[in-house]
Amino acid sequence: MSNNGGKSIYLYTRFERFWHWAQSALIITLAFTGLEIHGSYTILGFKRAVEVHNFCAWTWLVLHAFVLFWMAVTGEWRQYIPTTKRLIDVALYYLVGIFQGKPHPVPKSERAKHNPLQRMTYLSIALVLIPLQMATGFLYYYYNSWPQWAWTSGLNLNAVAFIHTAGMFGFLAFLVVHVYMTTTGHTLACHLKAMCTGWEELPRQAKAGE
Amino acid sequence: MLASKALTRAIFLTAGLGALLLASLALASAPGSAAQTSRPAPHWVTADHGKFEALKQEFKSGPEVTKACLSCHNEAGAQVMKTIHWTWMSPDAPPEAKLGKGGLVVNNFCIAMPSNEPRCTSCHAGYGWKDKSFDFSKQENIDCLVCHEQTGTYKKFPAGAGHPAAEPKKMGNETFLPPDWNKVAQSVGRPTRDNCGTCHFYGGGGDMVKHGDLDSSMHKPGRELDVHMDVKGANFNCTRCHTTVAHKVSGRAYKTPAAAQRISLLKDDQISRITCESCHSDKPHAASSKANDHTDKVACQTCHIPAFARALPTKMRWDWSTAGQRDAEGKPLKKKGPLGPLAYDGMKGDFTWAKDVQPQYQWFNGSMTNVMAYTKIDPSQPVTLAQAEGSPSDPNARIYPFKLHTGRQPYDKVNNTLVVPKLFGPPGSGAYWGDYDWNKAIGAGMAYVNLPYSGQYDWLESKYYFQISHMVAPKEKAVSCQECHTQQSRLNGIGGVYMPGRDFNRPLNYIGWGAAAAALLGVFLHGLGRAVARRKNGNQDQQG
Repeated sequence: MSNNGGKSIYLYTRFERFWHWAQSALIITLAFTGLEIHGSYTILGFKRAVEVHNFCAWTWLVLHAFVLFWMAVTGEWRQYIPTTKRLIDVALYYLVGIFQGKPHPVPKSERAKHNPLQRMTYLSIALVLIPLQMATGFLYYYYNSWPQWAWTSGLNLNAVAFIHTAGMFGFLAFLVVHVYMTTTGHTLACHLKAMCTGWEELPRQAKAGE
Repeated sequence: MLASKALTRAIFLTAGLGALLLASLALASAPGSAAQTSRPAPHWVTADHGKFEALKQEFKSGPEVTKACLSCHNEAGAQVMKTIHWTWMSPDAPPEAKLGKGGLVVNNFCIAMPSNEPRCTSCHAGYGWKDKSFDFSKQENIDCLVCHEQTGTYKKFPAGAGHPAAEPKKMGNETFLPPDWNKVAQSVGRPTRDNCGTCHFYGGGGDMVKHGDLDSSMHKPGRELDVHMDVKGANFNCTRCHTTVAHKVSGRAYKTPAAAQRISLLKDDQISRITCESCHSDKPHAASSKANDHTDKVACQTCHIPAFARALPTKMRWDWSTAGQRDAEGKPLKKKGPLGPLAYDGMKGDFTWAKDVQPQYQWFNGSMTNVMAYTKIDPSQPVTLAQAEGSPSDPNARIYPFKLHTGRQPYDKVNNTLVVPKLFGPPGSGAYWGDYDWNKAIGAGMAYVNLPYSGQYDWLESKYYFQISHMVAPKEKAVSCQECHTQQSRLNGIGGVYMPGRDFNRPLNYIGWGAAAAALLGVFLHGLGRAVARRKNGNQDQQG
């Protein structure tokens, strides 16, 4: 395979990388222990699974607070503003262009780390899936305190567990696709490498007319 | 560079952990526990009964001793007469319901008490309840000694209507001697496990028969058998939990829950200690333990009594329909069972015994519903003679452990009622153990209680539930989380709660795993496509 790598740009700061890998470890551990609590298998034992799950949940809450704070003070939240500009192009690229050896329609840059599809995906995870899991996880754990909160609405533990489990399956499906998508760079490992070192190697500029 | 990276990570992790710790500290509430339980209860009597002249006189019978007791304890008689130990009737049911052993309650052991008094009332705290003529208003008929004597030599004769033997008398292989009245009378003190155990460890006509969590192994239990009564540990007497005021022993009886409310001594030091919460509070575990969240739905006993009959076997089934076989000498046939006790007795039928039995679980608010001798029943279904009351929506109900005792017993197949057979009595009295004729025995029993009997009987299946509260295991032997939070759950029969690990939504599982599988298949095909395309385009690349 020819190395068609070009210049490298520093895309992911130390904190972003820490956050990314900590979060991935937490999601995987939460899904793994969550599925055991769900009754899918017995590996750690129910009690240990619950303990690990709760520890990870609280840790994630703290991490998420740091992430939101970081987003706010660095202004990096702008990277997640959804856009429809070139969204179709990106979707078409992954559906068709990628098989034809065409270049990615939205090259990465310091100002735009994520393509429109990524922006939409990551934003909905940060704004929908994570808060949903946190809220239902919180309700699930403090189920006994509902009466003390004068919470007697139609929601029951059954429904909370349902939503929480559905959210987990959402993460699982995301994880599969997300891991695969890291291999779609100009080399199989270049995106993975970027998330480790911070430096994203851009593909060599395609020659005009190709 | 690398070191600073590691440092940053360490700082973030520490910050994360610190915040976590603060959060859990904030969540912590005061833990409730009973730390002082290993101390023996102080002994603070102010009288030596051996020095009372009244107890030095010559006694010939129990009632004479009782009169001597009452000569000082002049309120005791009236107090005892109000209790279920005297009346054998539910204090919370109208008299006409006849709810009680002394009334028309039916079980699936010896079935019913009336017409069998002299045998059954050997466990009555009284003297002389041999038939309906017993005078419940005569204070000297109270038996003070059975609950209070401390020599261990006082024994009521098993078929003596509550009296000890007046002269040496044999019953089975045991010879019963008249008590040394002065000695036993002068020994009195507060009831011990042995006093209560005299009857409560031998319920249902013998050791190991009835409760499953109360038998002779509880006279001197070790820590493994009961953490509270452990003779080498806290060594609790029954009354340590069964708080007794003016002879009224706290505890559950028929419609009467053990306690009106579950509060701890921290809130009110005058409450009865009958519930676990009295001493342990409703948050008995470490402050952040999830187990504390269970106490509103799960009784302490459910996790802390993993099995009953852990030292000795207990009777699980009694089939009266096979009774009547005799041996070569014409005596009732007896066959030993594999666990020791009889598997067959010609007087009583077939028995099943079991040891180390995992309880059944039910919602229970402290009250039982009993089928009475007058209740219309459906004989095509097993009849539940004692059913726990309570439902998931009942705030006083918890999931409790029970011993289920099944039986096969006679019923009136025309009137569709259970029957009260007369079992105990000499030949010619109609008693089953005298004449071995069920029709006569049922006729005699039903006539005695003034209930109709058609003259035709058959056999039905019955169930009787006993709440399990004793034999509390050491905490390391408590039921583990995953014995219930699994699809093979101990609580599989329990509805009304969502239990993670036991309960799940099947369609969601299909959709969720389906989505994950579809994603996996999708990326696999996509990757395959890319590999194929890359191979094709590869040549092009090199040319370019």
